[in-house]
Amino acid sequence: MKFAVVAFPGSSCDDYLYVLKEVLKQEAASISHRDTSLQDAQCVILPGGSSYGDYLRPGALASLSPIMDKVREFAKEGGLVLGIGNGFQILLETGLLPGAMLPNSSLRFVCRQQTLKVENANTPFTGCYAQGQIIQMPIAHGQGNYYLDPASLKKLQENNQIVFRYTDEAGNATEEANPNGSVDNIAGIINQGGNVLGMMPHPERSCEAALGSTGGLGLFQSAIEFLAERVKA
Amino acid sequence: MLTPQEIKEKQAWRSMGLKDQEYERICEFLGRLPNYTELGMYSVLWSEHCSYKHSRHLFKLFPTKGERVLIGPGENAGAIDIGDGLAIVMKVESHNHPSAIEPYQGAATGVGGILRDIFTMGARPIASLNSLRFGDPRDENVRRLVRGAVAGIGDYGNATGVPTVGGEISFADCYRGNCLVNAMSVGLVRHELLTRATASGVGNPVMVVGSTTGRDGIHGATFASAEFSEEDEGELPIVQAGDPFTETLLIEACLELIESGVVVGIQDMGAAGLTSSSAEMASKAGSGIEMDLTVVPQRDEGMSSYEIMLSESQERMLVVPKAGAEDQVKAIFEKWGLHAVVVGRVTDDGMLRVFHHGEVAAEVPAKSLSTDGAPSYVPEAKRPEYLDELWSFDFNQLEDLKQEEIQDAFWKLLASPNIVSRRWIWEQFDQHAQLRTLVGPGSDAAVLRLPGTKRGIAITVDCNGRYCYQNPRVGAAQAVAEAARNIYASGGKPIAITDGLNLGNPEKPEIYWQLKETVQGIAEACEALGTPVTGGNVSLYNETDGEAIYPTPIIGMLGLLEDAEKHATIGFKNKGDLILLVGENKDELSGSEFLTVQHGLVAGPGPELDLELEKRNGEFCRSLIEKGLVSSCHDISDGGLAIALAECAMAGKLGARVKLYCPERRDSLLFGESQARYVVSLPEENYDALRGLAEKQGVSISLLGRVEGEEFTVELGEEKVISTRVSEMLDLWSSGLERLLGEE
Amino acid sequence: MWKAEIRITLKEGVVDPQGKAVEKTLGELGYSQVEQVQIGKYVELVVNTPQRAEADRQVDEICRKVLINPVLEEYTYQLVEVL
Repeated sequence: MKFAVVAFPGSSCDDYLYVLKEVLKQEAASISHRDTSLQDAQCVILPGGSSYGDYLRPGALASLSPIMDKVREFAKEGGLVLGIGNGFQILLETGLLPGAMLPNSSLRFVCRQQTLKVENANTPFTGCYAQGQIIQMPIAHGQGNYYLDPASLKKLQENNQIVFRYTDEAGNATEEANPNGSVDNIAGIINQGGNVLGMMPHPERSCEAALGSTGGLGLFQSAIEFLAERVKA
Repeated sequence: MLTPQEIKEKQAWRSMGLKDQEYERICEFLGRLPNYTELGMYSVLWSEHCSYKHSRHLFKLFPTKGERVLIGPGENAGAIDIGDGLAIVMKVESHNHPSAIEPYQGAATGVGGILRDIFTMGARPIASLNSLRFGDPRDENVRRLVRGAVAGIGDYGNATGVPTVGGEISFADCYRGNCLVNAMSVGLVRHELLTRATASGVGNPVMVVGSTTGRDGIHGATFASAEFSEEDEGELPIVQAGDPFTETLLIEACLELIESGVVVGIQDMGAAGLTSSSAEMASKAGSGIEMDLTVVPQRDEGMSSYEIMLSESQERMLVVPKAGAEDQVKAIFEKWGLHAVVVGRVTDDGMLRVFHHGEVAAEVPAKSLSTDGAPSYVPEAKRPEYLDELWSFDFNQLEDLKQEEIQDAFWKLLASPNIVSRRWIWEQFDQHAQLRTLVGPGSDAAVLRLPGTKRGIAITVDCNGRYCYQNPRVGAAQAVAEAARNIYASGGKPIAITDGLNLGNPEKPEIYWQLKETVQGIAEACEALGTPVTGGNVSLYNETDGEAIYPTPIIGMLGLLEDAEKHATIGFKNKGDLILLVGENKDELSGSEFLTVQHGLVAGPGPELDLELEKRNGEFCRSLIEKGLVSSCHDISDGGLAIALAECAMAGKLGARVKLYCPERRDSLLFGESQARYVVSLPEENYDALRGLAEKQGVSISLLGRVEGEEFTVELGEEKVISTRVSEMLDLWSSGLERLLGEE
Repeated sequence: MWKAEIRITLKEGVVDPQGKAVEKTLGELGYSQVEQVQIGKYVELVVNTPQRAEADRQVDEICRKVLINPVLEEYTYQLVEVL
C-alpha cells in the first residue's frame, strides 16, 4: 500500500481516499486509530475533520491513539507523514512538529479559497511546485492560528522549515492576507528531517477544477514522484 | 408527583398546556384518570409542535404524489428518486424557540435534529442549508442572536463533516422577539436502503441507542407551542446541548446498522424523546410497545418515569431490529463507542406500556398519542384588516426618483441588511467537505455532483416574508416560485419541495386565515410547477407580546441536473458578453426591498405572480444552460434589476454597461421586483440561437448591454444614472453584513 | 477518594484571542478599569484511591500527558478528600 489514511473517530477519511484512488489513481487505504501497524505504507496521511469532536483541544485526544506510536516510529525512520487541517493539529499535539494551534484571531470558523505561497519547493511534498509559486486552496478551520515562541520561530525560519504562507495574490504575506492570525502568516511547516509536513489548507479539496481550484494537486503529485524516486534508488 | 385524583382536583393539565376538553378526551381513551406521567406524555404529543392539531387538516391540500416521490409526508423525511437507483432524502425543520433562548445551542441542536431525520431514513447526509430571520441587525440583542445562531449552525455542521452549502437570511422588525432558525438537510441513499419509522413484528426488540438520557429539554415541545411574553425569561426549561461528535458516531453506526439489513424500523428521539418515538413507531405499525425505563442509560440520577419519557436529550434513537439481532446491533454501536440497550419489545395489543422499578408507570393506547388520536381543530378564520390598508395604498402618490437621485438610492439599497453580501455568515460554514460542492453559497442555488452518476442536484431554501405578509396566499406561492427560479437559474429542473411553515398563534382567527392561505398558496404553486411536497415542519405561536411574525413559509427545493457539469452561476464570465433580460418588467413597486429601504414602506398587495409564466421562463433559462448557450444566469429578486446586475458583476468581478429605455417609472424599472425574470450573459455568437428559442417558446427577452472590464454603468435614455466601478461596489457590499452587525 | 480541581491557564506570552475579545467588550460596556482578561479551563476529576500521594502522582501525570499542551498551557490543582 502506498498511502495510508488514518481514520480517527470524526475524521473525513473518505475525501482523501477518493482523491488518492479516483483522481490520482493511487493505491490507498484507511487504517484505524486502534491499529498498531501501518502495514507497508510509504506515506501516512493524518486527515482533516474533527477527530473526537475537537474536544479538549483539536487533535489532543487523537494524538493519544495507539496508532500514533507507530506514526512516530515511522517518522523517525524517515517515512513520509502528511497532516492536513486536523491532521496538522494532531502532529503538533504529538510533538512531531513544533508549535501549537490557537483559536482563529477572529474567534470564528473560516472557510474560503485562500491564496498561498510555496516558500520551500525543496521538500518531498512540494517538488512539483516552483519556488515562490502562488497557489489557491480552500481553508476550513476554527483553530488554525499557529503559535510558536519567537526563538523557535527564528529557528524554523533559518532552517527553511516554513513551506506555505498565507499571502495576497502578489505573494505578499500581509496582515490582511492572514485568515487566522498565524504567526509569520504560516500555513504549513515541515520538520527538520524534511519528511513530516503539517498544513492547515486542504489540498485534497483542490485537485479538480470543478471544485474551484487545483492548487493542491501538486502536493500529492510531488509525494507520488518522491516515492517513485525513492523506490528506484 | 400528583396522584390521578389530585390532578383532577387541581386541574393540573392546564399548566401543561392541555385544554379541559383535551383532558376529558384522555380520560375517555383510558377509561380512567391519567396519572402524572401519562398526562405529561399526552401534553407533549398533543402539542402543536408534535400533533399539528391546528394545521394538519390543511395538509391534505398539498400535492404529495409524483412519479419521483418514493416516500412522502409522514416519515422522518421525504425521499425522491433521482435515477440510477439513487434517492435524495430531505426535510426542513425549525428550531425557533430554543434559538430564541440560547441561540448557539438552539441552532446547533436544530442542525443535529434535522441530520438525524435524514440518516434514520438510511441516507448519508451530504449537505445542509439554513433559513434565518432576525430583527434589525443594528439591535444589540439581535446581534447576539445572529452571532450565536450562525456559530451554532457552523460548529455543529462543521464538526459532523456535513457541508453547509447554502441558505438565506433576512431581517425585519417583526422577527425581533421571535427569530426564526430553520435548518434543512439533504441525504443520499440507494433505494433499497430506505428505512422507515415503524415498530412491526410482535416480539421484536426495542432498543435505545446513542447518547444517554438526562433532564435536558423536558417539555421543549410544549414550550415551542406557546407564545412568549416578556416575563418568560426567568423560568425556562433546560436547553438541550448538542454533541456533534456523538452525532458523527451515530451517523456511522446507524448507516452501518441499516446496511446490515437487520433494521425493521428506526426513529430519532426528537421532541418528546422516548414518548414520541415509541408512540409513533407503534402507531404506524398498528402494534404496541412494552418498555422498562429502569434500563434506559441515564446521565442524571434519580430520574422519574415522567422525566425519562419526556427528556429531549440529543443524539438518541429508538431502533426496532429483527428478533435475534440484538447482539449484532450492540456490536455495531459498541464499535462506534455508543450505547445500544434493549429496553422492551413489540407487542400486538396496541398499547404503549411503560414499566419503571417494576411497576407500570404508564399504559396508554399508542394510537391515542399519535396524530391518529390527537385532537384536530379547525379554528375560526378571518381575513385580517391590515390587508385592506396595505392594498389600498396609491402608488401614484409616491414620487418617482429623479435621475440624479438614482445613484444614491442604489448605494443605499446595496448596503441594506437584506441585500449586502452574506459572506460573513457562510464563511463560518464548511462548504466543501465530502467533495461534492460544485456551487456553494453566494450563487442562486447550490449545485452538488454525485460521484457514481453523471447527474447532479441543485438545492435552495427561499421565502420572502414581506410578500407573505402582504398577501399570504400569493406570497407563499411566490416562495415556491422563487425557489424554482433559483433552481432553474442554476441549471436544474425543480422536482420536489419540503416546507417549514412559521407563523403566529393559529388560535387567533387572523393568523389561522394566514395559515390556511399559506398552505393553499404553496399547494397551487407546487401543482403548477410539478414539485410535490415531500414533508415538512410547522412552527406556530411565533409571537411576542401578541405581535406575530410575518407568515414565513420556508420552501426547500430540490432540482435535478441530468449533467452536473452543465450548471450555471450568477457571475459574469467574459468581457464583451451580451447581457439579456429574460421576462418583463411590470412597473410595480409593491413589496420591494426598495420601498422599505428608501421610503420605509410596506404597501400594496406585493408583486403579481403568474405561475405559467414562471414555468415557461424558468424552463427557458434551464434549457439555455443545458445547451451551453449562456455564460451566467441569475434570477431577479430583492432589489430588482439594478441589484441583480450589480450582483452578477460583483460575483464575476467584471463590470457592465447597460442601457434601459422609456420607463413609466424609473424607480420600478430599476428596483421593482416583478417576478419570473432573469439576467443572463452570453457570447454574442450565441445570440441568434437564443433569440430563436425565445420566439419559439414565447419568452420575452430584451437586450440590456454588455459585460465590461471594471466600469459598471446603467444609462436611462442617454443619461448615466449609475456609474461606478466593481471594486467600489465590492468595498461596500462584501463586508456590509459585518459592518451592520458591528463585527468588523 | 480524592477530587482534583485543576486550573489550566495559558502561559505568559501566549496570545489569548478569547480573553482579548472579552476584554474589548468589557471596555465597550464601560468597565474601563478591567485589564488582563485571561480565559482558561477548569477540570474536575475524582481519583478512587485512599492515598493522597498516589492521587497526586496520577493527577500530575494526567495534566502533563493529556489535559494540557505544554507549548501553550500551564496548570495548577488542588486535591480535596471526598468520602
